[in-house]
Amino acid sequence: MKIAIASGKGGTGKTTVATAFAQALSRKEYSVSLVDCDVEAPNAHIFIQPILDQFEDVNVLIPSVDADSCTGCGLCAEVCQFHAIVVIGGKTLVFPEMCHGCGSCTLVCPEQAISEIPNRLGVLEGGLSQEGIRFGHGILDIGEPMAVPVISKLKKWQNLMDAEIVVIDSPPGASCPVVESLRGADYIILVTEPTPFGLHDLRQAYQVTQVLGIPAGIIINRDGIGDTGVDQYSAEVGIDILMRIPLERKIGQGIAQGKSLLEVKPEYEKYFQQLYLQIGEALSSGNNL
Amino acid sequence: MKQLVILSGKGGTGKTSVAAAFADLLSPENAPFKTVLADADVDASNLELVLKPSVVEREKFWGGSVAEIDSDNCSACGICAEVCRFDAVSVKDDVYTVDPIACDGCAACVYQCPNEAISMKEQLAGEWYRSESLYGPLFHAMLIPAQENSGKLVTLVKQQARLLALDEAYDLVLVDGPPGIGCPVISAVSGANLALIVAEPTASGVHDMHRVLETTRHFGVEALICINKADIYLDGTNKIEEYCRKENIRMVGKIPFDLMVTESMIHGKPVTSYQSNSPASLAIRDVWTGVMKALKDQEL
Repeated sequence: MKIAIASGKGGTGKTTVATAFAQALSRKEYSVSLVDCDVEAPNAHIFIQPILDQFEDVNVLIPSVDADSCTGCGLCAEVCQFHAIVVIGGKTLVFPEMCHGCGSCTLVCPEQAISEIPNRLGVLEGGLSQEGIRFGHGILDIGEPMAVPVISKLKKWQNLMDAEIVVIDSPPGASCPVVESLRGADYIILVTEPTPFGLHDLRQAYQVTQVLGIPAGIIINRDGIGDTGVDQYSAEVGIDILMRIPLERKIGQGIAQGKSLLEVKPEYEKYFQQLYLQIGEALSSGNNL
Repeated sequence: MKQLVILSGKGGTGKTSVAAAFADLLSPENAPFKTVLADADVDASNLELVLKPSVVEREKFWGGSVAEIDSDNCSACGICAEVCRFDAVSVKDDVYTVDPIACDGCAACVYQCPNEAISMKEQLAGEWYRSESLYGPLFHAMLIPAQENSGKLVTLVKQQARLLALDEAYDLVLVDGPPGIGCPVISAVSGANLALIVAEPTASGVHDMHRVLETTRHFGVEALICINKADIYLDGTNKIEEYCRKENIRMVGKIPFDLMVTESMIHGKPVTSYQSNSPASLAIRDVWTGVMKALKDQEL
């Protein structure tokens, strides 16, 4: 089963939930992997401290133009949807950071003057945590705009995706990196805080789950800090509130120090194990679909 | 005209609360800088929830296009699926279809299809708005959930804000940035004179602050740091301060954890206007003074 954790708004506690969930389930003897898809700001490793021993570069193939055979016809520039290859004064130039690596220019070049070379966007790192969680994350290189290829390659790491339970920590927002992280999940946990910002962004994230057709439930973090808007909204659209984590200084301080929620509040081990069973039941009875 | 962008790396550190308070401190009656506001977090555009603007102009945003196969002209040769590097083309009973969510919009299939059966369809990806608020003009946007190209929409929102600023001789464009370091952040940083990074003294906050600092450095934009919720973990705050000293990064203030920030958000007001003497409001004033000084220093 693949369970993804998302939020819309940043800083609501996705990683707190994802790491606690993975830890709680691995202590119940499930084979668990934790996949941190927030490749722009990956933090899950801080809380579960895996020993990283697998590394793989993420490249896209970008065009390399052989100036001798290029006639400057401009067909490559014409087909490129991303303005990553242009012809100026008969010379063909490539802008690697704009290139999506689709290969279209290479295919259309009538002189076969374009070959492809790898351009690094980031790196994948993986390993086991002390308690046996299979861990993987992607790290987008500084200055590289495209997170999606890093996420999609991470999600192809078989060793991670083969686990009995795959917990996916997704980035904030509601656009392409989130969609790439959530695709293929069986269930999505939306972590929010009970504030106007939290609610606004929860609506966005919930709509993403609907576009993808994946059932979802809500965890309210820092419960008690704000207002009742999230409760009203969830009742209105009929999404389950799965859990409430209270606003407590002790929790905030523990997380700040890099301790996982289970270290600070051991009783959550049981809560997250129950949550897993609850999600399983909801899915098998077709609730929330 | 200067451009100031507020960033954080990690989400939820308080970018928008700080931006809204700045908008209040800059509002037309007490402004040393005539300011245009821009919300560049188009995935989660929250500035409007505090500034309560009225929309005066709205425009559709057309994002990328996706491929569509016309089954009448399709000979089921499978070339589209072969050339697609995004696993977007699937086949069932010899009928080829494109998954619009997986499609990257590269159009490689369009050009390779021997039957010209594939065309690109533009996607309505959101809307952008020009609004008026108590705090001055605001440019903001809404990205339709699950749509692509949020970087392009960020660029558009900023362009519009800049145009107005240039046309009407504004002094400052204040940009509330998105979290992360990828495409929308790069769009938000581009053209900025100064970045204010709202850091959080937590393990994750410090980790991501480093990533966003490397990003501003990469693009040659000067960065200042303020620490939000500075009193929740003093070791973290000390670590950030020490780092700033060592790296010669200007630290412009520490904002304490203050429930008034959330309360003001619930009341739809910047914290500095809702409760101007609360601990966070006083600290944000100091941060603003530091930012203004850095902006003026750049002119020297």
